[in-house]
Amino acid sequence: MQGDGSRRPQSRGAASRLWYLLLLIPYAAMFWVASYNRAEPSWAGIPFFYWYQLLWIWIGSALIVIVHLIVNRGRT
Amino acid sequence: MPIDWTALIVFILLFAAVTILGFLAVRWRRGDLDLLSEWGLAGGRFGTVITWFLLGGDLYTAYTFIAVPALMFGAGAIAFFAVPYTVMVYPFVFVVFPRLWTVARHNGYITASDFVRGRYGSRWLALAVAVTGIIATMPYIALQLVGIQVVIAALGVAGAGWMGDLPLIIAFVILAAFTYTSGLRAPAAIAIVKDALIWVTVIAAVIAIPLQLGGYDKIFAAVPAAKLLLAPSPPTALIPYSGYWTLALGSALALFLYPHAMTGVLSASSRGAISRNAALLPAYSFLLALIALLGFMALAAGVDKAPQFADFAKAYPRNFAVPALFIAMFPSWFVGVGFAAIAIGALVPAAIMSIAAANLWTRNIYREFINPTCTPAQEAQMAKWVSLVVKFGALVFIVFIPLQYAINLQLLGGVWIIQTLPAVIIGLYTRWFHQRALLIGWLVGIVTGTWMAAMQGFTPIYPLTIAGYSLPSYTAFATLILNFAVAIVLTPIFNAAGAPRGQDETLVEHYG
Repeated sequence: MQGDGSRRPQSRGAASRLWYLLLLIPYAAMFWVASYNRAEPSWAGIPFFYWYQLLWIWIGSALIVIVHLIVNRGRT
Repeated sequence: MPIDWTALIVFILLFAAVTILGFLAVRWRRGDLDLLSEWGLAGGRFGTVITWFLLGGDLYTAYTFIAVPALMFGAGAIAFFAVPYTVMVYPFVFVVFPRLWTVARHNGYITASDFVRGRYGSRWLALAVAVTGIIATMPYIALQLVGIQVVIAALGVAGAGWMGDLPLIIAFVILAAFTYTSGLRAPAAIAIVKDALIWVTVIAAVIAIPLQLGGYDKIFAAVPAAKLLLAPSPPTALIPYSGYWTLALGSALALFLYPHAMTGVLSASSRGAISRNAALLPAYSFLLALIALLGFMALAAGVDKAPQFADFAKAYPRNFAVPALFIAMFPSWFVGVGFAAIAIGALVPAAIMSIAAANLWTRNIYREFINPTCTPAQEAQMAKWVSLVVKFGALVFIVFIPLQYAINLQLLGGVWIIQTLPAVIIGLYTRWFHQRALLIGWLVGIVTGTWMAAMQGFTPIYPLTIAGYSLPSYTAFATLILNFAVAIVLTPIFNAAGAPRGQDETLVEHYG
């Protein structure tokens, strides 16, 4: 990838970088502890506090997949 | 406790199998092990899948698997900070570490300290990063041994005096030997087995144990109300629940600065392998969350009240919880599988940590300050010896020094390692900071953080108060802010005073 001029075409510049902002969502969700420090609604007997944070593991992973597919398109 | 022979035999067979695997790994993707980049980084040839196993085995350590549920068992909801911690770590890894990987590959860097040396042209700042990494890693290795120690005790293997530590010593000699011969290839190969065992054990546990205990509602009903949720934030709190989320965020920022994480990242074969792993590693976070819940299952199963575990609980307060739960709930042979998963789970990170510390010592202290003209073969040989010294040190620590010291030092390790963030991570994006300002910021962060932690009796959260408002914060996080403030204030002062700047050997196109 060195010096062949194909690296980072201009189209993948500023616009695609905005997609990185999606990655701030998990931080905002986790900082807002008051929104999830509660027992109800529970799911399958598991209090909200536990299943909600567990769910964010998967949401966080999904957001990374989305951003990766968009910003790293065509890269190895 | 009496020896459970079935469990012990299964345990020994599995342990023997990975030992053989560790030695055979020397042939895997064969390289010239007289080169440090081959021994200590496996030539940087691991693709997405191997990197996933390696980093999963490396970051989610045996100590984590014992300590997180033990903290749930003892302290309750606060221990679940491990989950937002892992939620916050991977977006950060995704953005930052492909960049670090790329610049490292262009310039042949094998440690974070190498990068700092090249970027700032400052051997002293690089030395600070290297020393911090080595010292933060040592107690972490020692704690991996605790995982092995606890399961050996749970198997009923005990002896008087130093004989009691004999199984631990044997395990460690094996570990030291295959790390010496195979380098990073050994833990990478073993990680695959370890992860398979852990997944099987945990999935069985989260299905079978609730069935025996009458479902998840019964389990959570057995948890005292005070442990079920976080204590409400007081009205005087400046930011609600700052203790909980700074603990998670600070831990997330610190994790990949640890040398063992850095070694895992730099051994990947491509930039994309890092990006993809940032998306795939959360699978292990899910596993960790399930493991955390085992702490509550142990409460519901009443292992703290069962007379057969009384001595075990006394010897390993809290940490006995998960092994005792397995014994109470699983058939003997599966107890052996689960315990082997924990013990083998200790070998992988302990091996990688000792390799990472050896890389730092050899590349950034020995070659930089002691023997600049060493040949590549001498360099690799030095690293192999140092990996032995590091592990031996950890063993001595665990056998002769009270466990609480290792735990306190590991807590301090987090406070220390995070102080390298401005130099290493910000350095990937800008050279705005003066290298001397970074060095002083690092020092201020380390000294203040150590003092704050000691004041709090080595608990992680410091009760900051600002103008009558409380802002309890994870010490590592609070002192990182201080570190940044110092570096930001001093940089213009050093510039104005005309203090010379080091040479930057990296080029813009090296960052990709």
